[in-house]
Amino acid sequence: MAVVETTAGTLAPPAGERPRVAIVPLRGLPVVALVVVALVVSIAGNWAWPLDFFHVAGGGAWTAVDLFMGFVIGPIMRTLSVPARIELTTRLMPKMLLIMPTLVTMTLAAGFQLARNNGMLSGSYGRHAWVVASMVVVAVMAVTALALLQPANIAVLFELRKPRPNPAIVQKLMRRFIYAAAVTGAMQVATLVIMTRLAT
Amino acid sequence: MTAASRTTGLAEQPGPKVTELGMLSIGLVAGGVIYLAAYLPRRAPLVPAVVLLAAAVAVLVTNVVLLLRRPGFAWWRFRQVARWMLLAYLVVAGMLEFTFVYDHTHGAVLALMTLLLATFTLNVPLLAAFTVAQFEGSRE
Repeated sequence: MAVVETTAGTLAPPAGERPRVAIVPLRGLPVVALVVVALVVSIAGNWAWPLDFFHVAGGGAWTAVDLFMGFVIGPIMRTLSVPARIELTTRLMPKMLLIMPTLVTMTLAAGFQLARNNGMLSGSYGRHAWVVASMVVVAVMAVTALALLQPANIAVLFELRKPRPNPAIVQKLMRRFIYAAAVTGAMQVATLVIMTRLAT
Repeated sequence: MTAASRTTGLAEQPGPKVTELGMLSIGLVAGGVIYLAAYLPRRAPLVPAVVLLAAAVAVLVTNVVLLLRRPGFAWWRFRQVARWMLLAYLVVAGMLEFTFVYDHTHGAVLALMTLLLATFTLNVPLLAAFTVAQFEGSRE
């Protein structure tokens, strides 16, 4: 693969050899819209099975993606060459920009409605403290995701759209993304403890 | 910019800790919402939530003022990202506001929840747009 020198002294493929980076993959938007509409209809209709499905499937996938990104993809990415990292990042990050918010919305919206219906939000619920603890865990994950993970995701896509992306910036942003994913992954373990406690 | 950052091309200008302050502001908003939600279906005493809201707004305003005073910032890129992010989060905020009203939230609690939501909605585009724009200056 032909490469060009960058200001960092490292190597990055020239623009012509890289796939064009889409900040938001438009082809995925109809799928996201379909999921959101189904979620809204399920909540409006208070349909137990779809709500359970959205909460459990969304939560499971959210947990798995966070753990996979933080503890599998992250260490692998550190061992790749810079051009390989850029190739992987170029293909992975636009998809993450749609997948993660959709999974989070599915999980939290359906979960809140289930908790309302089951009486778990009420202060008189026997394990109310666990419910509040789950809100705190979600808050920590939300702050991490909105302040670190999502901005890094968007910033790396903007960097990759440039004619000559700076590998040092891409690496720095990807490191931030992977570490933030690892933090949310660790918080997911806490969520699993709380949710299994509530379900027992 | 340090010699090291010039070498790597990274924009590490000394400046306000926008991300850290944004995290603090969103954290205070989350604290206010959790506090109110923890009392459901009863109405929580509002003073702690008002204090958390005031603190969140103060941190947000401080963050914006500090950012405005940052020299050489790529405002064109900031505006480009911020307006789209704001549009997306206004849609989200609109849906959340609808649920508050739909669930018969009213009066002071509705006002408080709306202001907490507004603070959250302004913080998210600020953080994303800042992160993108801070790396723009290193190339020009």
